[in-house]
Amino acid sequence: MTDAIASLGRTTINALTVFGRAFIFLIRMLASLDIVFRRFGLTLVQVYSVGVRSLLIIIVSGLFVGMVLAYQGYITLVNFGAAEALGSVVALSLVRELGPVVTALLFAGRAGSALTAELGLMKTTEQLSAMEMMAVNPYRRIFAPRFVAGFLSMPLLAAIFSAVGVMGGYLVGVGLLGVDSGAYFSQMQSMTDWNEDVLSGVIKSIVFGFVVTWIAVFQGFNAQPTSEGISRATTQTVVVSSLAVLGLDFILTGLMFGAG
Amino acid sequence: MMKVRFFELAVGVFVLLGIGALFYLAVQVSNVTDYHDRDTYTVSGYFDNIGGLKTRAPVTVSGVRIGRVADIRYDPERFRAEVTLAIRSEHDYLPMDTQAAIHTAGLLGEQYIALEPGGDYDALQEGDELMFTQSALVLENLIGRFMTNMGSD
Repeated sequence: MTDAIASLGRTTINALTVFGRAFIFLIRMLASLDIVFRRFGLTLVQVYSVGVRSLLIIIVSGLFVGMVLAYQGYITLVNFGAAEALGSVVALSLVRELGPVVTALLFAGRAGSALTAELGLMKTTEQLSAMEMMAVNPYRRIFAPRFVAGFLSMPLLAAIFSAVGVMGGYLVGVGLLGVDSGAYFSQMQSMTDWNEDVLSGVIKSIVFGFVVTWIAVFQGFNAQPTSEGISRATTQTVVVSSLAVLGLDFILTGLMFGAG
Repeated sequence: MMKVRFFELAVGVFVLLGIGALFYLAVQVSNVTDYHDRDTYTVSGYFDNIGGLKTRAPVTVSGVRIGRVADIRYDPERFRAEVTLAIRSEHDYLPMDTQAAIHTAGLLGEQYIALEPGGDYDALQEGDELMFTQSALVLENLIGRFMTNMGSD
């Protein structure tokens, strides 16, 4: 009996310790953000590896998600004789939900895991300690540029995802299913609000970018310096950040659209 | 040197794509252009029942959109709903006795305000009040009226 309670206590303490470490890590990283303005080249290279190299998967998934949305939406809407509303269905679901969320999940899988693996290997091969020995602050040189790059890339990727999805929906809806082209866009424009829908999607993607990159960089920093540890940390990044994105999305949606 | 140039180019293209996508969402997908018709004048109308009318709903003449509903509130002195319409300034020719009616687009669609120009020589100005209004069609009232008519036969 006491063993069970003790193990519960141990789990709680361990979880809180990791949380605390993650927060201290975040604060130290935010404190060294000035490097981004001093040596922008460091961040630029990271934006390339985190953002530009995620473009292909984001564009392809966006296109297909938009096309499938148009198909499924059409099947439901045509029963009510409201096939013209297809444009607004596709645009609203993409801009409000699917754009930010699916982009964040793909981003965690594509860029987050790569960040964790890279940093974990740096730690295992003692590159981080070597830097500290040479009086180079790894927070400034390594962590902060990666964090900023992910944080900047996410909203751009989500916007690209939504825009490509709308075009994919157009391809299927107008090209294949025969919805009127003018009705597709006019319904879309009359239902989608810039402030309420597009901007709240952008805010969501900024929050997701922050959380996913933070988790990814921290998991790399916190990894056990063994090959097994790196693999566990990489898995953890994908699992934890996916769960965080889904949970946060529920809360943010409640805050943004619940009251109205 | 070539390497740096390549990164800069690639990131530049990426940022341009992202901003382009946002711009596309603004112009093509959402109604951001509505925020630009700053050049409007407002007139108000009192309705007995506005049904499901919402702010930002379209205001049309003969089906052509000329403005939007700027504000809806309840006037506690007149016991009626006051609807403020923002009409684009270039449409300054609407006669004083223009009628406003709340219509529904399609059977279950969105509600909008349809203006019917009258015959007065003076045109509506900023702050004027519409004299003739027609309330929204409320399905329950219609059914109720239909039922009483049936009963009286």
